[in-house]
Amino acid sequence: MTQITEAPKKSGGIRDLGKMFGSGSGAKQLGILGALVVIIIIFQVWTGGLTLTPGNLIALVSQYSYILILAIGMVMVIIAGHIDLSVGSVAAFSGIVVASLMQNFNVPWPVAIVLGLVVGALIGAWQGFWVAYVGVPAFIVTLAGMLIFRGGNQFIGNANSVAVPKEFQFIGAGYLPEIGPDTGYNNLTLLLGIVVIVAIVWREFSARRTQAEMGSDMAPLWVSLIKIAGLVIVTGYATYLFSSGRVGTSFPISGIILGVLVLLYSFVTRNTIFGRHIYAVGGNSHAAELSGVNSRRVNFFVMMNMSVLASLAGMIFVARSTASGPQDGLNWELDAIAAVFIGGAAVAGGVGTVTGSIIGGLVMAVLNNGLQLVGVPSDRVQIIKGLVLLAAVAIDVWNKSQGRPSITGFLTRKRTGGAVAVETPPVPRVQDDTNALEPTVGASETNRPSSVTPNN
Amino acid sequence: MSSSPTILEMRSITKEFPGVKALSDVSLTVKAGEIHAICGENGAGKSTLMKVLSGVYPFGTYEGDIVFQGNEVRFRDIRSSEQTGIVIIHQELALIPELSITENIFLGNEPGRGGVIDWKDAKKRAIELLARVGLKDDPDSLIKNIGVGKQQLVEIAKALNKSVKLLILDEPTAALNENDSQHLLDLIRGLKSKGIASIMISHKLNEIEQVADSITIIRDGRSIETLNVKEDGVNEDRIIRGMVGRDLESRFPEHTPKIGEVFFEVRNWTVQHPLISDRLVCKDESLFVRRGEIVGIAGLMGAGRTELAMSIFGRSYGTYVSGTIIKDGKEIVLKNAGDAIDHGLAYVSEDRKVLGLNLLDDIKRSTVSAKLKKISKRDVVDEVKEYEISDAYRKSLRIKTPTVNEGVGKLSGGNQQKVVLAKWMFTDPDLLILDEPTRGIDVGAKFEIYGIIQKLADEGKGVIVISSELPELLGISDRIYTVFEGAITNDIPAAEADPETLMKSMTSAKKKVLS
Ligand SMILES: Nc1ncnc2c1ncn2[C@@H]1O[C@H](COP(=O)(O)OP(=O)(O)OP(=O)(O)O)[C@@H](O)[C@H]1O
Ligand SMILES: [Mg+2]
Repeated sequence: MTQITEAPKKSGGIRDLGKMFGSGSGAKQLGILGALVVIIIIFQVWTGGLTLTPGNLIALVSQYSYILILAIGMVMVIIAGHIDLSVGSVAAFSGIVVASLMQNFNVPWPVAIVLGLVVGALIGAWQGFWVAYVGVPAFIVTLAGMLIFRGGNQFIGNANSVAVPKEFQFIGAGYLPEIGPDTGYNNLTLLLGIVVIVAIVWREFSARRTQAEMGSDMAPLWVSLIKIAGLVIVTGYATYLFSSGRVGTSFPISGIILGVLVLLYSFVTRNTIFGRHIYAVGGNSHAAELSGVNSRRVNFFVMMNMSVLASLAGMIFVARSTASGPQDGLNWELDAIAAVFIGGAAVAGGVGTVTGSIIGGLVMAVLNNGLQLVGVPSDRVQIIKGLVLLAAVAIDVWNKSQGRPSITGFLTRKRTGGAVAVETPPVPRVQDDTNALEPTVGASETNRPSSVTPNN
Repeated sequence: MSSSPTILEMRSITKEFPGVKALSDVSLTVKAGEIHAICGENGAGKSTLMKVLSGVYPFGTYEGDIVFQGNEVRFRDIRSSEQTGIVIIHQELALIPELSITENIFLGNEPGRGGVIDWKDAKKRAIELLARVGLKDDPDSLIKNIGVGKQQLVEIAKALNKSVKLLILDEPTAALNENDSQHLLDLIRGLKSKGIASIMISHKLNEIEQVADSITIIRDGRSIETLNVKEDGVNEDRIIRGMVGRDLESRFPEHTPKIGEVFFEVRNWTVQHPLISDRLVCKDESLFVRRGEIVGIAGLMGAGRTELAMSIFGRSYGTYVSGTIIKDGKEIVLKNAGDAIDHGLAYVSEDRKVLGLNLLDDIKRSTVSAKLKKISKRDVVDEVKEYEISDAYRKSLRIKTPTVNEGVGKLSGGNQQKVVLAKWMFTDPDLLILDEPTRGIDVGAKFEIYGIIQKLADEGKGVIVISSELPELLGISDRIYTVFEGAITNDIPAAEADPETLMKSMTSAKKKVLS
């Protein structure tokens, strides 16, 4: 009955572009993605073309895949309203356990990997127990875990490094092997690229079909085509780069593990009942429980899953560096948490996506890598990373208070200009009756950044 | 026309949200010292208009002018409107539960010097202010320990401390029982006699008819008319005609109940207070529901109605001590809300913000959130079905929103309530427990909701309705239980009940012998 104006018609192009990745958080991801592209271009110019070379890209993926794997688990923890500070220590602990098993007890490497994951699950169950069933805040539980498992690593390894066998190194330092005719490129990487491209096209059209079925407002065809074209060009170019590296190198195995995990967890968080329950618990745990959600179980599994992924990350790292050492995984939690928040998650939970966090993680990775390439010393790299994190989240918060979706809003602000001077108001200081943008679950949750954008 | 000067004039206010024009060209004129009511359906734009007036939506985010006491005003935020003398009290109170009455009254406005609070002075002034609003409580008591009615009075005391000239109350009595509402209305009248004007939003039209001097009606984001209560001889039906644009023949749909067997029974139900273990919130109580029956539960605020309902719904309140639940002749054990849902129970909470909805979520996901299994295959949610189902509810409940992809946090209060109803109807319950289902809902939508309740009953389901509004209970129920201090005191067929008998049983511990 309230007059509903047709937003899309009104503003046309830019808004439609925003729908490229769906509405709401999709637009937000587009913003972060835009930032990533800008950063890549800046470094490509600044390093004189060194950023987008086969060698550097391959190094980038194998160097950061384990941080990105952590970010996947971390975003789920953060959506549920918790935090995990122990991931670096857990990774180091699992790493040393696996390395010792293989070196001292001659455990075959596939068995060792399974045992490593079991160790992660047990640690996760331990931490999940305290968080979910005793009610100790995850911050405290994982702070304790950070100390316990760092100490555990040094206890088992006598504060020394333990080397791992060659075959095991495959998961961290391996590449897609050379198979088939000599094309001058790595054939498997080419094949992988083609599969990804087909999948992109298929997905976009099946998504359009679903949208049409639901009769929901759909981006015009040209937007989809631009999106497909963009993604195909990027994927194609990346495939070309990855497959044309030094002989013996190609797309890293750890990158493939990461890719599989991203697909799996995006699906779990978006489309499964369990995924929905994570958002429900993080958004309003009282309401979730009254809707029949077992919030303890959700919290337990989210914490447990994090530690399993941390163990996997630890093993990949050990495999890459050929030995497990006492300093492994130091400060990883910080990179993972930063990735998640740059990726648009909210501190108080209920908001965040796996893809967003991965893009956020890539922003950090490219930044790190690029600054190193141009020879910025590590002290300054840290300062810059810190500022970028602060700026990214500040822009996000500011945009939300202006009712714009994240960085996209920031980028399109000037251009849409006066034509669409429609703004959501700043979040009222007080709780109000009808349109509070934040839930009012308890006075303690006042630090929730206002979230106009529904999680998607 | 009356000769008193105008205190406030809002001219051609237009306010847009992305995709929604909440207000278009709305004008409002309030005379000095009057009580001015604003009426309109859910989502008509009432709260939005008041937020424009109080600076929640600052100058520049809307079009139009606001003239207060002869000067054009442009508020940057709530603080600047308060300094001018306009104070808004939102429906969900902005008090801090862990602080005392005094601390809350002076929050953000602390008396003292150089940042050091003068608590002695504060307390003295608090006592004066409390006296003005007729509250006799100790100013040191914590907010969480006083009832909602009293909290509302503390809010007004807080406003008086800010030397208010125009008080805005957005649905102030929605969460109050009749006594507390009456007290509040008297207080507003008292303020009027001291020259303080008030703007009041309410869906309780009888209250408006009682206290308002003028009424502005808003429909679809436009101001339709302003009525002068005395001169125009306004009554409830007249207001409704303005709100919905047509006459509403009756408040309750015609209904002939088709009542069957007893299918749901609670026996000897005893529940402990969640924190104080020697206090029972429910002592050895029993009740039953027949198929096709609408059972009302009447009781004063704090009588334990919600506690009883929530403890039945999977022990969601307090600590279970003893008692059994029997459904369709078999005993069922409901250890949590999930069990209760699986056994066909649904509970629509009275507190939609805290217990009913995840405000970060969108409408379609909220609608299906209490029974995802129903639209999932092997734990994977079917998003097409999710959309279709929630869109069907949007249409049938007339939820005012462009699409079901919008966040529930953006909906107006009444429309959020409709989403909560949809969410529980979707679980397809055998027994639907509704706790204050029409709180904050406009007359037209109430009629629709009553119709839905009756339809569910006619399908052979049982419905329990908890309500503080006795006319509503009498109008919709087939049978009514009264509750006093955690005990069921009476069980009356609605046909034999009237407000007086209900009130008597609601206020005395004497138990009638129940069959
Ligand atoms: N922040 C917002 N973003 C988008 N739309 C909004 C926002 N706030 C309000 N609206 C829309 O503006 C319209 C008017 O809402 P408003 O809260 O003023 O209604 P109301 O008259 O107070 O209704 P109720 O009686 O249900 O409280 C509704 O359609 C609502 O969905
Ligand atoms: Mg309202």
